[in-house]
Amino acid sequence: MGNRVGIVGVGQTHHRSKRSDVNGQEIINEAVSRALAGAELTIEEIDAVVIGNMDHFEGINYVDMWSVDGSGGYMKPIMKVTTGGTTGSTVAAAGYYQAASGLFDTVLAIGWEKNSESDTSAAIATCANPILERETFAGAIGPLAAEYSMYMKKYGATEDDAHLAAVRDHNNGANNPYAHLRKRVTLDDVRNSPMLAYPIRLLDMCPRSDGACAVIYASENKARKITDTPAWVVTTTTRHDYTHFGDADWTIMQTLEEASKAAYKKAGIKDPLHEFDVMELYLPASSCAVKWMESLGVCERGEAPELIREGVTDMDGELPVNPSGGVICTNPIGATALIRVAEAALQIMGKADKRQVPDVEKALATGFGGCSWSDVMVLSSSKPR
Amino acid sequence: MKEEKKELLEVHYGKEQLYNWHCGPYWSKFLAEIRDNEKIYGIKCPKCGRVYMPPRSVCGRCFTEMNEWVELGNEGVIDGFTVVKFPYINPSTGEMKNIPFTSVWIRLDGADTCLIHYLDEKDEEKIEVGMRVKAVFREDKKGDLYYDIKHFKIADRFKYD
Ligand SMILES: [Zn+2]
Repeated sequence: MGNRVGIVGVGQTHHRSKRSDVNGQEIINEAVSRALAGAELTIEEIDAVVIGNMDHFEGINYVDMWSVDGSGGYMKPIMKVTTGGTTGSTVAAAGYYQAASGLFDTVLAIGWEKNSESDTSAAIATCANPILERETFAGAIGPLAAEYSMYMKKYGATEDDAHLAAVRDHNNGANNPYAHLRKRVTLDDVRNSPMLAYPIRLLDMCPRSDGACAVIYASENKARKITDTPAWVVTTTTRHDYTHFGDADWTIMQTLEEASKAAYKKAGIKDPLHEFDVMELYLPASSCAVKWMESLGVCERGEAPELIREGVTDMDGELPVNPSGGVICTNPIGATALIRVAEAALQIMGKADKRQVPDVEKALATGFGGCSWSDVMVLSSSKPR
Repeated sequence: MKEEKKELLEVHYGKEQLYNWHCGPYWSKFLAEIRDNEKIYGIKCPKCGRVYMPPRSVCGRCFTEMNEWVELGNEGVIDGFTVVKFPYINPSTGEMKNIPFTSVWIRLDGADTCLIHYLDEKDEEKIEVGMRVKAVFREDKKGDLYYDIKHFKIADRFKYD
């Protein structure tokens, strides 16, 4: 067990399809400046920096070096962490580990991406084995679509079940001034949107965005001095499974199941549906918003479509999911999972404005990446024992 | 005061960088058997008994070396599929992919894991999880999984009509 650590500051850009008004360093700096301002800290008070993105999107390696002007990392210990889709949540975990180690008092975690600078699906497809799997591997959309075809067959779920989750996230996103997509949609809008890859339609799928996010961690003593309402990190867990996509059983999400089970055990959570007040989940497509609820232990296998239909995860439901609009509304990939952590922290801090869920004490944030990796982080308003 | 109009430049680079991926002994044998004999091989883990396709040296679950080659069928069952309709660049060639195409996850007879390949049917209404499919090989072959096997085709369409 490491030292206690709280999130004391959160900053993000106004995410857009294309931010040609800024370059990479400048978009990073926007998020960092906002996080520092929110915590009323200066860059001199930051002891270490962790930064991540997915190299292929911008075609730039050595992001730790390349970003220094924007990150504020000059003459500080910087580490680059890049794990594909989970980059943001791995950056979050690494930042937490550094602060929890007792070696650093304040750690700045940064995730960012300028997805508009290249072909997102082509870059993602490079995660698949070039000789044995890549040829028909259509970015993230293809495998997620195939995954839902398996789930629908096994449990009788429908395309509409997924569309309903898309409606939820899009309508939540309308309340989030930082979201990339902020348009309210109806079930018919989703049903009638263009088919990207059967059974996933345009409004079911995350966009690709330009944006950045920064989160500041502080050790126990420091955190209390910075803010009265830190979002305490209870635990974070990561699970990986296979090298080959064809190895996994796609009717379940085993890594998310194992990661959340382990995190709940450490956090003493037995009934996630009732013990969490809000979840900010990395759901790249609405189909995942159905299926993966089962892997999070919120309901039994095959019961997720009913959970969505009954509105349990709506803003006024028992367990609001993605008040920010989630990944379906905002997706600067290296920042995406860190935004989940940031949004969950804002909920705990009571700073989520129009998207605030009342009286949040416990929140869950997740990250998702390549041949099914899952990260989960549990945050709490009360200091963990 | 008149606001100055900002000019925002975008600089385009088309990159070409060649890669030579090493197959190692397991993938090499796997690809050569398809090329020379139209046979698809898997490999069995001595500990958990799983038959992996494509074959590889280590079972990741058991962290155990595998050496028992198993001949699989050229037919199998659809585990999942998607008909891809959106445009994107094939990162291995730099060319736009030809769309639509059907990406199909096939559990070949005798295998515990899936091969991801093309299906020649592009109408999602005519494809179902659980259907049997069969490999279609090319006459000329070159040790490329996605060339030597042209695509899969539905083997028992009538069963589902
Ligand atoms: Zn094994």
